[in-house]
Amino acid sequence: MNLSWMAWTKPTALFFLTIIALLIFMALWEAVKPGGGPRVGILRFETTRGDRLFLSLLGSAFIHLAWLGLIGSNLWWAFGVSLFYAVFVFNFV
Amino acid sequence: MNKPFNNKAWFFVLPVFVLVAISAIIPLMTVVNYSVQDTFGNNVFYWAGTEWFKEVLHSSRFHDALGRNLLFSAIILAIEIPLGICIALTLPKKGFWVPVCLILMALPLLIPWNVVGTIWQVFGRADIGLLGNTLMRLGMDYNYATNVFDAWATIVVMDVWHWTSLVVLLCYAGLVSIPEAYYQAARIDGASKWKVFKYIQLPKIKRVLLIAVLLRFMDSFMIYTEPFVLTGGGPGNSTTFLSIDLVKTAIGQFDLGPAAAMSLIYFLIVLLLSWVFYTVMENYGAEKQDPRVEQD
Repeated sequence: MNLSWMAWTKPTALFFLTIIALLIFMALWEAVKPGGGPRVGILRFETTRGDRLFLSLLGSAFIHLAWLGLIGSNLWWAFGVSLFYAVFVFNFV
Repeated sequence: MNKPFNNKAWFFVLPVFVLVAISAIIPLMTVVNYSVQDTFGNNVFYWAGTEWFKEVLHSSRFHDALGRNLLFSAIILAIEIPLGICIALTLPKKGFWVPVCLILMALPLLIPWNVVGTIWQVFGRADIGLLGNTLMRLGMDYNYATNVFDAWATIVVMDVWHWTSLVVLLCYAGLVSIPEAYYQAARIDGASKWKVFKYIQLPKIKRVLLIAVLLRFMDSFMIYTEPFVLTGGGPGNSTTFLSIDLVKTAIGQFDLGPAAAMSLIYFLIVLLLSWVFYTVMENYGAEKQDPRVEQD
């Protein structure tokens, strides 16, 4: 099957493999500890692990966009900020 | 009590997953791939990195179109949601007129988007259109092709005509599912119509209202066909919404890289706003609700 029309590149393939790996990891986490780990965090409403992953990924996308739009092209810093943000979300949201 | 789990049920989800993969996930992956490259056709691509994202984020054209989209969605929600609730409240709950009203309400929803645009394009024309001609005879200088306010007013009224029925039908479904006992209790307490609406009807239709708000927000934020047919994005760029701008960039200019970057930013904004709407409406009043009275 010719997939050249999808225009794959190594960085984008790596990006999607990371997302798939995260989803597999979340599924395994759920199998080990079922129920989604619901809790009420600083947003004052109940979130599960899936919600926290969604918030982390969505927030990271906006952190990268904000970095590009307001600061500059070196996205490693934005990546670092996103990691901190994800850790924060998984601990406090 | 432990619930019995049957993991074979996942196999029933597989066909949907395959369908979503073909219709959404694979195209989305392709858009991500296009957003970091440049192409002149023939499947030949050149690495561009984050160039297109920077270009879009600094483009005043994108900012303007986004502003128009947000304004349009705000106007649509502010009109269609209260109007839909009001109409649903006035519809009969039983008898001969119920199917008549429901069919009349559903009719605009059955008309394809491009046909709606064409109907209103003809309807608004000053020479042959009923609306345009009537307004002209009343002495109003109405022309949606040259006047920005007229173009916006026509698109808003067209959308309200086309989609308020959806809000009405969803709210009506929520209203007819309220048990009669609630109304009897309210009558015994001597509750006014406003109190009945505030404390019985509105909380009970909250779920369907959430769906209505989400659907109308997403639809209005992604509006394309109707304004494209009616005004083509004009006069000037005054009704060029993000989707119209996107198509102009992708198909008109064949700038697939910038168009892909723009569509990803657009997608993220829709995702964020939908999540905010959903979370706020899902959790609104949850703390105030007394679990002892939650019977349904």
